[in-house]
Amino acid sequence: MALDRATVERIAALARIDIAGEERDALAGELSAILGWVETLNEVDTEDVAPMTSVGGHKLPWRDDVAGDGGYPDRVLANAPDAVGAFFAVPKVVE
Amino acid sequence: MSVLIEGRDGVWEYAIGLEVHAQVASSAKLFSGAPTAFGAEPNTQVSLVDAAMPGMLPVINRVCIEQAVRTGLGFGGAIARHSVFDRKNYFYPDLPQGYQISQYTQPIVSGGSVEIPGRTVRITRLHLEQDAGKSVHDRDPDRTLIDLNRAGVALMEIVSEPDLRSPEEAAEFLTRLRALLRWLGTCDGNMQEGSLRCDANVSVRRPGAELGTRTEIKNLNSIRFLREAIEYEGQRQVEVIDGGGEIEQETRLFDPDRGETRAMRTKEDAHDYRYFPDPDLLPLELDEDFIEAIRAAMPELPEARRDRFVEELGLSDYDADLLTAERARADYFEAAASGRDAKQAANWVAGDLLGRLNREGLEIEAAPIPAAGLGELVDLIADGTLSGRMGREVFDAMWETGKSAAAIVEERGLKQISDTGALEALVDELLAREADKAAEYRGGRTKLLGFFVGQVMKATGGKANPKLVNELLRAKLEE
Amino acid sequence: MRDLGLADIRAGLAEGAFSAVELVEDRLAALEAAGELNAVVTPMPDRALEAARAADARRAAREPALPLDGVPVAVKDLFCTEGVRTTASSAMLGGFVPPYESTVTANLIGAGAVLAAKTNLDEFAMGSSTATSHFGPAVNPWKAKDDPRPRAPGGSSGGSAALVAASVVPAALGTDTGGSIRQPAAFCGIVGLKPTYGRCSRWGIVAFASSLDQAGPMTRSVRDAAIMLAAMAGHDPKDSTSAREPVPDFEAALGGGVKGLRIGVPREYRVDGMPEELDALWREGAAWLEEAGAEIVDISLPHTHYALPAYYIVAPAEASSNLARYDGVRYGLRSPAEVVEEQYARTRRAGFGAEVRRRVLIGTYVLSAGYYDAYYTKAQRVRRLIARDFEQAFGKVDAVLTPTAPTAAFPLGEKMDDPIAMYLNDVFTVPASLAGLPAVSLPAGLDGEGLPLGLQLIGRPFDEETVFRTAAALEAAAGFDAEPEFVR
Repeated sequence: MALDRATVERIAALARIDIAGEERDALAGELSAILGWVETLNEVDTEDVAPMTSVGGHKLPWRDDVAGDGGYPDRVLANAPDAVGAFFAVPKVVE
Repeated sequence: MSVLIEGRDGVWEYAIGLEVHAQVASSAKLFSGAPTAFGAEPNTQVSLVDAAMPGMLPVINRVCIEQAVRTGLGFGGAIARHSVFDRKNYFYPDLPQGYQISQYTQPIVSGGSVEIPGRTVRITRLHLEQDAGKSVHDRDPDRTLIDLNRAGVALMEIVSEPDLRSPEEAAEFLTRLRALLRWLGTCDGNMQEGSLRCDANVSVRRPGAELGTRTEIKNLNSIRFLREAIEYEGQRQVEVIDGGGEIEQETRLFDPDRGETRAMRTKEDAHDYRYFPDPDLLPLELDEDFIEAIRAAMPELPEARRDRFVEELGLSDYDADLLTAERARADYFEAAASGRDAKQAANWVAGDLLGRLNREGLEIEAAPIPAAGLGELVDLIADGTLSGRMGREVFDAMWETGKSAAAIVEERGLKQISDTGALEALVDELLAREADKAAEYRGGRTKLLGFFVGQVMKATGGKANPKLVNELLRAKLEE
Repeated sequence: MRDLGLADIRAGLAEGAFSAVELVEDRLAALEAAGELNAVVTPMPDRALEAARAADARRAAREPALPLDGVPVAVKDLFCTEGVRTTASSAMLGGFVPPYESTVTANLIGAGAVLAAKTNLDEFAMGSSTATSHFGPAVNPWKAKDDPRPRAPGGSSGGSAALVAASVVPAALGTDTGGSIRQPAAFCGIVGLKPTYGRCSRWGIVAFASSLDQAGPMTRSVRDAAIMLAAMAGHDPKDSTSAREPVPDFEAALGGGVKGLRIGVPREYRVDGMPEELDALWREGAAWLEEAGAEIVDISLPHTHYALPAYYIVAPAEASSNLARYDGVRYGLRSPAEVVEEQYARTRRAGFGAEVRRRVLIGTYVLSAGYYDAYYTKAQRVRRLIARDFEQAFGKVDAVLTPTAPTAAFPLGEKMDDPIAMYLNDVFTVPASLAGLPAVSLPAGLDGEGLPLGLQLIGRPFDEETVFRTAAALEAAAGFDAEPEFVR
């Protein structure tokens, strides 16, 4: 599957990564090459094969309903690039 | 009942489906040990997992699973023995992970229904998911502030089929669903605090025709707004179609001040959520024993209880409905009715008690009269100690003072006079004194009975047994 | 003290031949002297000395010795360390100081280990050369005989591998997603083990691909790897994928020998263009095991060829989602903009290097509407077939012997402009990753240029004991005692 420039733009927008105009064609080429290569998977007959989404046979563990965590806003905010009081801050979001 | 919208050339019908987000009643969040209580200081109920620090991992809360199963059983849904948590990927400042853990293709509950008057509303599914944090837009002039206290709190998203045919039906459905959640104790239903929110999918069509294109109205946080938003949106869609336009599938917001919906600013890629199974979690497997244990411990459901109130206790449909709207109400009533005439108890709970609670804006849990105390009052009326009117006086006094009915009767000497001899003497004396009026009565002015009763009551300070007084007067006047 | 292994340190401390502080001071000096390897992102001398003093104090107080008392360990900078910046070798996390300690490093600290430095890696562990690091490439202590060019240590755990190979530290922590412990171990002539998925907690390790990531030891001997793993492993209730398996005494398994074991040699690993000397070494490895009493069995793992393409869908898909949290809101880099959407795009542009961007974009694409089934679901189906291949093979054999990497260490800077050529480094390591199996790489010989070559042993799930005991036999037979030029 060859990716075109527009597709690169679309996925870069979805991934929220700024890709400069001149890079888009180069990336389209690189990504197309990778996708072309992974498409060798189409040679494999996978009919009736269930996708393997997790490794190992154990059961999903459950935690008890105990509220024993949190209560340390200083630790939560310690690395914040911008904060106002105990809030994280970002540029104004308009809905 | 269906409500039709008048269009330029014919009527249109609503097709409404709701997506209800109900906060699971639990102490801790869905995948972390941070607390869920409302109203805490910003970012104080946030664990490192909720803040999506690098390398932090989710571990699911058992009670959240139980609550989802309990809710599903409550509306007759099928509980999935195998369900899957997916990641719904999107960027938003109050979504710390950059994805919401939700259930997309394999939810924990499928199917079920909720009855509203005149209609069975089908439930499509219930799934568990994480709530996002809160964005505060109005506190700083040029920044949006983020509080993650809510981030990671467990939500049940309950989705209905587009079976609702009017804004009123939508409101009724949400009311009943909310009551069910509260009844089961799986969500506190508090819409002001955001524990219950609702999105409405609204479309219009010619009656009975195929579904039209729908719009989704987001984040309706009261039943009144839900009704108003749908009302407006249906009218708007008919106007668009009448004007030759087409309905666009879009997300809209309701502005309660203007009573209007408006399209949200969304990007065209906003809906490519790239769902995939969360590799930090394994599939959720529930065994039959687990589900059966929850089923066995289910409370009697509102409809069953309502039917029992009518059939076994002889309540009217109206009273039974009223008394099963909330589980606490039904519990109160049953406690008050225990061992005595249920209909009398129902009258007191449905009438005086709910009326007074309503006037004072109180929940039944906060009623100053305990159920057993109200039962005693009913007994005092039933055995003739108190008249109905005196009963009301005692009720008010119980409410104000918190004392028992017996204590108030004692204190105020309120015992009703049911001594026939004493009353007969009073009646004889009265008829002698008012011989003219007695003659008039006997001449056909039977309306004067009320006058004579009133006089006896006055003479006894209201304590005479009114039934006995009536009987005595009639007997004497019609001798 | 350069050549001391973990057991030597244990004995030396017990006999009072040296103190933990002496050992750690000596190794910290070696660490400082090894600057040319660019293997360290953040040294931790103060914390290390404090831990060494604590170890000595315990000994002075006659407290029972801990399994890793006083052992200097280098830690791949993907493990979050409380109070010590953790970067994942990315500009994105440049100044991030975790307010928490990863479970595996906490386990090591609890076992008495002395964490000495955070080591360089490919950015977010994405790479096979440690050249995608924001801090520049790490350098392999080995050089070819007749070629002065510096060599890549492999990756992504290249910094850890280089320090162990250069005898700066006796042991280091790595993580392995598709080969990131084993391939650098092979390139640097050391032992590197990826445990069974679920054996070590992932809590506190910066995530790359959640269904594949696994922490493991990098050491100079199989015994040291066994000692390290015992201290690292164990069930962690904070990681839903952590296994509730008991942790056996791995060191005790070492002497078991291979008599009666059946060792599979999969024909599909004999790939086109494999250097003859690697093929020869592989055959020799099989012969050594046979001599030691094992039975060599030709086996087939028919879907091997498809493991790498499946991996390069699954891993980027998970990574694209795992790396979504780096948005400049709560920690890490922020490139300010007026509008939050633009701030995201700028931040993620500035914070992620070329390879990370490439993989995030691939991952985003394969999960996007209309492509999910064709790529992601397809890859997960193939993944099951690969796991099934191993299941079937383990019906016949107890362990599988393969080469670790298709070549010896390549010169620094090579393959950087050809992503697929770089990805092919992992061709032999990725299948066991996809299947979640334990696998070790150990040095078995040198190629014609004097560069180390590694062999890989793959075992059944949670059967690290058989892997260790087979590796110990292979290690003994190979007698690998070459040292890199850096040490000489």
